[in-house]
Amino acid sequence: MAAFTMPDDAVRWIDATVARYPDRQAAMLPVLWAVQREKGWISPEAMVWVGDRLGCSASAVQAVVRFYTMFDEAPVGRWKLQVCRTLSCELMGARAIVDRIRDRLGIEPGETTPDGEFTLQEVECLASCGTAPMMQCNFKFYENLTPERIDALLDELRGRTPDHDDVEPVIYERPGAEAYHLMFPRAIEPVSARGGEAP
Amino acid sequence: MSAPKILMQRGLERPGESHVLEAYEAAGGYRAIRKALGMSPEAIVDEVKKSGLRGRGGAGFPTGTKWSFIPRDSDKPRYLLCNSDESEPGTFKDRWLLENDPHLVLEGMMIAAVAIGSHLMFNYFRGEFTYPLARWRAAVEEAYRKGYLGKGIFGSDYDLELVTHYGAGAYIAGEETGMLESLEGKKAFPRNKPPFPAVEGLFRSPTLINNTETLATIPWIVDNGADAYTQYGTEKSRGTKLWSCSGPIGRPGVYELEMGHDLMEFLEGDLGGMMEGVELKGIIPGGSSVPVLTPEECRGAKMDYEGLRERGSLVGSGGFIVIGDNISAVDCLLNLAHFYAHESCGQCTPCREGCGWIEQLVEKILDGRGTQADLETVLRVSDNMAGKTICALADAMAWPAVAFIKKYPEEFAALCAEPVDMDGLAAAVGRHDHILPRAS
Repeated sequence: MAAFTMPDDAVRWIDATVARYPDRQAAMLPVLWAVQREKGWISPEAMVWVGDRLGCSASAVQAVVRFYTMFDEAPVGRWKLQVCRTLSCELMGARAIVDRIRDRLGIEPGETTPDGEFTLQEVECLASCGTAPMMQCNFKFYENLTPERIDALLDELRGRTPDHDDVEPVIYERPGAEAYHLMFPRAIEPVSARGGEAP
Repeated sequence: MSAPKILMQRGLERPGESHVLEAYEAAGGYRAIRKALGMSPEAIVDEVKKSGLRGRGGAGFPTGTKWSFIPRDSDKPRYLLCNSDESEPGTFKDRWLLENDPHLVLEGMMIAAVAIGSHLMFNYFRGEFTYPLARWRAAVEEAYRKGYLGKGIFGSDYDLELVTHYGAGAYIAGEETGMLESLEGKKAFPRNKPPFPAVEGLFRSPTLINNTETLATIPWIVDNGADAYTQYGTEKSRGTKLWSCSGPIGRPGVYELEMGHDLMEFLEGDLGGMMEGVELKGIIPGGSSVPVLTPEECRGAKMDYEGLRERGSLVGSGGFIVIGDNISAVDCLLNLAHFYAHESCGQCTPCREGCGWIEQLVEKILDGRGTQADLETVLRVSDNMAGKTICALADAMAWPAVAFIKKYPEEFAALCAEPVDMDGLAAAVGRHDHILPRAS
């Protein structure tokens, strides 16, 4: 097993960050973030390395990694699509967004495409309720989504390289009533009985 | 009612520019902290007490009183912690503040730190807030460069350092003691109280934790005086509040309203009413954790602490979720039950088991396999959760569960596999709805 290493500049950043806190373990989340940004996910070897740097056990690190949903314990796709499924987004048609991604990519929430391009996840409220439905794509928000915008966006992402520093949200124009009703067909029966899957 | 702009003025007047220090100072920013540095800490706390400001994160506890709990004679360091872990479904006002006016939040933090004698403060962002975080980091850098943070801020002899922290996806880290654990590098398990954070908080030292919006209100109060602030709002609900508005309405977004605003006027006016083709089914006025209001209950309701409580709901975080008649109440409850089951930290049995149990039962009802007994079990389980756990997440599941069944019983009954005795269901609701908030 190859020893776990981090690049020198990342280690310098980590040491400087740890020094800002009154207690070393307090730097746990930022250090784990630094590892995930560098490696794409957090391996068991990484947990041992982080534990050594912060003066705590690897199992303490693992407990934290498993508690927080944004940390990945296995590699994910180049693009991680996290569609908000919570109430405000559901009210505005989030299921239609998930359905379109599922149809286009042939994967279920929680899965990654065989070519490693995309991972699809349903996540909880991302504080974009007034511009729902929305998704987070790596570190960037896309808001006021429609199925058509998903089509264009997926094509665009295939040809693009992820950039951690590109965080400014893309807020499309809000769909009008007509487009909304296409995403959210008016019906008396519950949403889940219309073929949409219960969350 | 024309809304005063205590919190949103700069962001609305100079969109796209208001986040930089120059724009902030040009609009009178960093005047209040200079004033505060010339005041005694007790005088600052008194001013905030007199303003009647109450915590805007959800609980509505009087801010000045909370500040006064920080012991002045402790030999331990004192910490200030800003809660920017905005995660309550339906709430996006702190994001707006952090993106559009980060210096306002920063100045509020500085004043609070000076008032409690803290020399190290933290701002805890939710991990998904990459853009607000970027804006915030730039603002902090500007402040350090100008000498507004660091050694001897604003030319005084007061040293003040700031650490920007960020989470990694956990609703419960927004609960104030869960946040302490999270910031110490652990799972965000809420702590038993006492000891309260004011006495034993971060690293076992006295810690003041305030919501982003609460702290953003402080500079205006110090700059203009408590008396000016109390001119706004009602006798018990002073000032203004941010409302994050979502759902199938004409103009969703963040709005600043004077406390006491008429709810239906707000919906029909600022929010542009319902979208074409959708009728109002109900409104969750204060974030997903508070009970839903029917259109009947909304009529004449006042948007302040007392007004919403009188209708059986709460101001909460101000997450104003408008629900249309194109979705069933059962779907809404299942959506929220899934959220709380996912976000329960698992420490307390009533919450860990209860949230998942409610989710399964509501899913069964939605599937057409439910019975009256299942509905009554949801009510009984909710009753066994509320008030029986370390933190309020269990209540946040129990309230919507009881409220949705109580207010839309026919929608639940219509989906059950067998006919439901509506009188029997109403009697069951009557046995358990004592857990809902009510006028005191």
